This record gives sequence, C-alpha cells and structure tokens, in this order.
Amino acid sequence: MSSKNSNKVLKTEDLTIGYKKKSHREIVASGINIEINAGELVAVIGVNGSGKSTLLKTLSGIIQNIDGEIFISNNSLLNTTPDKLSKYISLVLTEQLLSKNLSVIELIALGRQPYTNWIGSLTKRDLKQIMYAIQLVNIEEIKNKKCHELSDGQFQKVLIARALAQDTPLIILDEPTTHLDLYHKAYVLKLLQKLSRETNKAILFASHEINLALQLCDKLVILKDKTALFGTPAELIENGALNDLFPKELIQFDSKTSSFKIK
Amino acid sequence: MLNQKKYTLAIILLFLAVVVTALLNISLGSVNIPIQEVASSLFGFKVEKDTWRYIILNYRLPKAITAIITGSGLAVSGLLMQTLFRNPLAGPYVLGLSSGASLGVAIVFMGASLFGASFAGILLSEWSLVVASSLGSLMVLFAVILASIRLRDTMAILIIGLMFASLTAAIVSVLAYFSPASKLQQYVFWSYGSLGDLSWDEVLILGLFWFVGILISIGSIKNLNSLLLGEHYARSLGTNIKKNRFMIIIATSLLAGSITAFAGPIAFVGLAVPHLIRQIIPSANHITLVPAVIFGGAILMLICDIIAQLPGSEFSLPINAITSIIGAPVVIWLLVRKRKFNF
Repeated sequence: MSSKNSNKVLKTEDLTIGYKKKSHREIVASGINIEINAGELVAVIGVNGSGKSTLLKTLSGIIQNIDGEIFISNNSLLNTTPDKLSKYISLVLTEQLLSKNLSVIELIALGRQPYTNWIGSLTKRDLKQIMYAIQLVNIEEIKNKKCHELSDGQFQKVLIARALAQDTPLIILDEPTTHLDLYHKAYVLKLLQKLSRETNKAILFASHEINLALQLCDKLVILKDKTALFGTPAELIENGALNDLFPKELIQFDSKTSSFKIK
Repeated sequence: MLNQKKYTLAIILLFLAVVVTALLNISLGSVNIPIQEVASSLFGFKVEKDTWRYIILNYRLPKAITAIITGSGLAVSGLLMQTLFRNPLAGPYVLGLSSGASLGVAIVFMGASLFGASFAGILLSEWSLVVASSLGSLMVLFAVILASIRLRDTMAILIIGLMFASLTAAIVSVLAYFSPASKLQQYVFWSYGSLGDLSWDEVLILGLFWFVGILISIGSIKNLNSLLLGEHYARSLGTNIKKNRFMIIIATSLLAGSITAFAGPIAFVGLAVPHLIRQIIPSANHITLVPAVIFGGAILMLICDIIAQLPGSEFSLPINAITSIIGAPVVIWLLVRKRKFNF
C-alpha cells in the first residue's frame, strides 16, 4: 500500500512509553515507530504486561509519552486539545460505564458530542450519522433496548457503533474481544475489518487473538522485550518476529500454517 | 430518542403537579384557605377576607417559594453529586456538605460572641449567613474531591463524608459549649430546618443563589451526559474534565450552601429525589433528568411542608424531621426492592 501523506492517520517517531513517577520514570517500551494509513486494520499484539494498554492509552492522549513524537492526521498530539482530538480519535475501552441505563441509541448519540451545541441537541446530520453507524454494525433490532439488557457481544457492537458515530479518521479499541466466545471474537474482528474497508477509517486495536489477527489485519504491532516490531503479517512471519513471542517450550509458531500451536 | 416525547410529557405533568401542590401548600395550614381564594389573591382579584390575603402574600407565598427553591436545589445538587462521584448514594447531606454549611452557620451565630463585638457587626447580616454557609460546604466538597482523586473507591468517599460530618459536629459542639444560651438557641432552631421564617428580601437572596446554581447545572448537562460513560470516554469526547468538575462543585456549593443557610440542614431530599424520578422516568439522560429532578424536588418539599404544618392544627413540626421520616424509608425501600441502584 502506498503511503500518501494525506492518508497518514497515525505516525510515531521513536516513541517511548511508560509512567512518570516522582523519583524515576518507568519505561514500558521504547523505539516504537509505527505508521497507520486510512482504511487499515492494525492489531497490537503482545503477552500480558508487554504494554499494549499503555501504548493505546498513550496514543489516545490519556497518558503522556516519555519521549518521541506522535502525529495524529499530521498534527502533533502534544499540541492537540481534547476538544480537537475528539474529532480525530474515538475510543472503545474496557472500563465499565457509569450508567448502563442508557438506551442503545442514546449511548451511540453521545458519540456526536464533539459536533453538538452547548446542550447537546442533535441535528439532522447527527441523526443521519447515528443511523449510519447503527446500520454499519447491524444492530437495528436492538437500538431501543437498554444497555443493561444486552449480551457482552451485543454491547461490544454498540460501543463500536458509538465510536463510528463520532466519525473520526482513527478508532482505537482496547481488547474488544475479551469476555467473548470464539464465534463472537471472530465476528467482532471481522466486523472491524469490514468497517475499515467500507468507511476508510484506520482501526487500531489491542488483542490476544494472534491467530485471528494474523489472518485479518493489514499490519501488526508486536510488543516484545520493551520494544515494538511493526509490519505486515507476511513481513513479520518472514523475519521471524513471531517465533519467540511466547516461551518456546510450550507454544511454537508454525510458519507454514501461520498459526501458533501447542507443543 | 423515541422515548423523548414520552419523557417531555412526563416533565410537563411534573410541572403541573408542582403548580397543584404549590396551591395546596398555600391553601393548607393552621387556617385553611379555599383554593379559589388562594388563586384570586395571587392574581390580585378580590378576596373574601383581607386577613387571608395578608397571610398568603406575607407568610404562605414566600414559604411556598422557599420550599420550591429548597427542594429543587437540593435535588439537583444530589443529581450532580451522584453523576460526578459515580455513586448512587451521593447527595449533599451524605457527603457532608450540609455539615460544612452548618459549621459556617455555627461560626456566624456563635463565633460572633467568641471573636468579639467588632467582628459580630460584620458577621450578623443576611448575606454573611449565606456566604459562610456556602464557604463551609465548598470547603467540605473540596476535601471530598481531594479524597476522591486519591481513593478510587466510592465507598471510601462516602465514609469520608460521614467523617467530615462528625468532625464538623464536634467543632460545632465546642462552639456551642462556649456560647451564651441565646445564641445557642438560635443555632438549634436553625438546625431543625424551617421554610417559613424568610422575609421577601431573604427569599430574593436565596433565589439569586439558586438561579445561578441551576443555570450552571443546566450548562453542565452535556458534560454530565458524557460522564455517564466514564472519565476516559468523556475526555475522548472533548469534555474538559477539570473545568467540568469545577463547575459542578461550584453549582452544588452555591445550591446546598445557600439553601442550608436559610432553611437549615435538610436531609435526604438530595439523595432520594433523583432515585424517585428514575422510577417514573427511566432515563439516564440529564437533559430529561435535570428538569424532572427540579420539579420532583419541588413537589416533595411542598408535600413535606404541608405535612409539617399539620393542617388545621396550631402546631408545626421541624421540616428536617419530616424529610428524614419520609426520605430514609424511601431510600431503604429502593435499596431492598432493586438490590442495586440503577443510574
């Protein structure tokens, strides 16, 4: 895929992520160079504690980076205020909502907040975008239900629809497949792939579903040994980046089938 | 969204209920005045007895307005607290705001004699009571906020509110111990709560504080809705978390502080009304909840006041006792019935 400058949705230069504490800085990973274009589906892969969440939180501006640069649609993240950033990045997080007493459509409508007036009233354009989001993730029949009535899989789709309604060039999802069964895991990731194609949005998500991600994603970010490897699945398989992702005595990567096997 | 029309209807009905209960509130009391007479004296028509007009315009009408302001203000500040602290049990009384305000008032009433006469002159005007009480509740609220930043645990925040309540109560008792009996009595009567002793001037001052507080609350509706998703989502939707928190704190302090100053510490209204409203209007959207809670609070307070007046008798009960007698069982009933509060 050629990378024209206008297509560049997210780019990092020698990014170092971690936590600033009073006495010292705890570095989680450094030397992260990634570049995501419009319409691409990208997964962040890594074992527990490798810094997937920290990376996503840093990229979405929740925590500050320690070093390096982040560019969102060619703007430095550092100089972007939250109200401006809300038109560039939308989030799907794992944190519990304060209220699940909202109806599905009300929750999705909250995605339009960056565009609404002081009291949040919806214009025709907002309503159109909300209906489009609902139709994209195919949740018409549950749109008037309350969020606490939904299954985990349905709720995940609603959260994705909310992010779509926010209509940003980049959507970041933190572990969108946890708590889901294998079918729904595949369904959600396949949906993300479809959305990236149909809406030309860049979608970045963290996941433990390596086998699925290898099959569906355009590019992968692999967090390992406090650094990040970035490339297409084929490139990463070729230079052996996946071979020692897990301790070899238990799980091994089989490059012929492009999947992990238990030894 | 489709439900919005139904909710709008419910809000209109609530408003009509406010009008009806207000008329009822004015008509009932130690002397019962027929509703038609109440209406004609309010609109300046001829009234059967001149004493009725006098009672209505100088006593019952300011009382009813105070009840509306008190109930709606406390209920809104309860709603704001519940969303801000992500805690269904939050409210101005539970979080110690009322105790902070009590401390402010206690210092005005009783501190004046301790700190000397020159100070007393400054302290004992109508305004000083509101300012001291608002400052008191603001102080407690800031302390609770500080604690809530350090402690993510919402239960801990409630316990801190309780601790503040006993701390301020302790300081108040120390003040009381050194105060002359007349000052102490003034404070004790204030602490029973009263809607009826306000002059029109005082109602005006209270109304001003209420108006500003409600205005800020209405301005926060959009951000309150984004907070329903949690702080990270709210920020990703462009909400300025710090500014928003600050505005909500100011609004609640103005409301709870000024109301407590004039009407005394009134329990449970702030906590119970948002939950009662959610029973009628099962929405989490603040664009519906804020007006509904304003009207709901006014209705509850007007009813409590009717009960406190013991219509037909010459006695009246302290309003604080009535709101507790009604409010506490309501909260228990909600807890038992639902097991879990729904936002």
